[in-house]
Amino acid sequence: MGEVIVVTSGKGGVGKTTTTANLGVGLAMQNKKVVLIDADIGLRNLDVVMGLENRIVYDLVDVVEGNCRTKQALIRDKRYENLFLLPAAQTRDKNAVSPEQMKKLCDELKEEYDYILVDCPAGIEQGFRNAIAGADQAIIVTTPEVSAVRDADRIIGLLEAAELEESRLLINRLRPEMVKRGDMMNIDDILEILAIELVGVIPDDERIIVSTNRGEPVVADSNSLAGQAYRNVVQRILGEAVTFLDLNQNHSFFSRLKRLIGFGG
Amino acid sequence: MNLRAMLNALMGRQDSKDVAKERLRLVLVHDRASVSPEFLDKIKEEMIQVISKYMEIDENQTQINMHHSEGTAVLEANLCIKSIRRNM
Repeated sequence: MGEVIVVTSGKGGVGKTTTTANLGVGLAMQNKKVVLIDADIGLRNLDVVMGLENRIVYDLVDVVEGNCRTKQALIRDKRYENLFLLPAAQTRDKNAVSPEQMKKLCDELKEEYDYILVDCPAGIEQGFRNAIAGADQAIIVTTPEVSAVRDADRIIGLLEAAELEESRLLINRLRPEMVKRGDMMNIDDILEILAIELVGVIPDDERIIVSTNRGEPVVADSNSLAGQAYRNVVQRILGEAVTFLDLNQNHSFFSRLKRLIGFGG
Repeated sequence: MNLRAMLNALMGRQDSKDVAKERLRLVLVHDRASVSPEFLDKIKEEMIQVISKYMEIDENQTQINMHHSEGTAVLEANLCIKSIRRNM
């Protein structure tokens, strides 16, 4: 029996879609059978982050409306044959799917796949309620900013109210040098305020933008610190205790030099 | 205390992350305390049920509300007692 994990945040633009794509690829790299569902109907993006935008035939709304079988709508990833994407519909609105339909779909997929990751839309309305309907656990993505942490707090409250007990926090785009200067909230500051278990910290990394440009999630990039951080999150999802990365490591002169001359970081 | 913190203290300045944290703390107290009227009605109803076992309450004069002051949230209930049950 598989596990359904919703990736949510409240605030837009904090990296839900990038996180979903990276965790999906990371789990597939560990030989898990994975489906990624883009629940952001009308504003789909998981397809382009995965580099699968040219292969869409059917979408989530087609599946729930019965225009095709679930299998027909699943797009197989280019590199990992046990990874699939169920894209969102682009020309419909969020009311095209109901929480009951979403739950039924998740339950169906759980029978055959190990992990179903649901990329939740921003906001707390219908799209959010749909995305969490079939979830067993949640990963809440935030960045070290007042607005993002505030929205994360709201989401944690709503998840509790929906009796989704297993929620963990992923802090995205942390900039160690700013934390050092006292110009960015650190991990402990955020955890103290939100009082929630941490699942990972992803450093701000230019390579995420580079890899997203190419449609290849950074988790597969062994030279990227962000990639390593995502791989660690994957291990924690799989139930292993992994120590948190020292995010300052790649800022040493030596590792920069190594990267510069092409020996990796 | 590290050097930066000492410098800040000397100059009467605060790290911007501490300002962020303080603002966040205050805004969350406000956010978490702004509960819906239905939620308060439910609390009121259940409180009256419990207290009615021991005292007779004038429900029309019962008030319950939530407010926040000095960084904490306060739940305030005013219950008007008509009589106390003798046989308890």
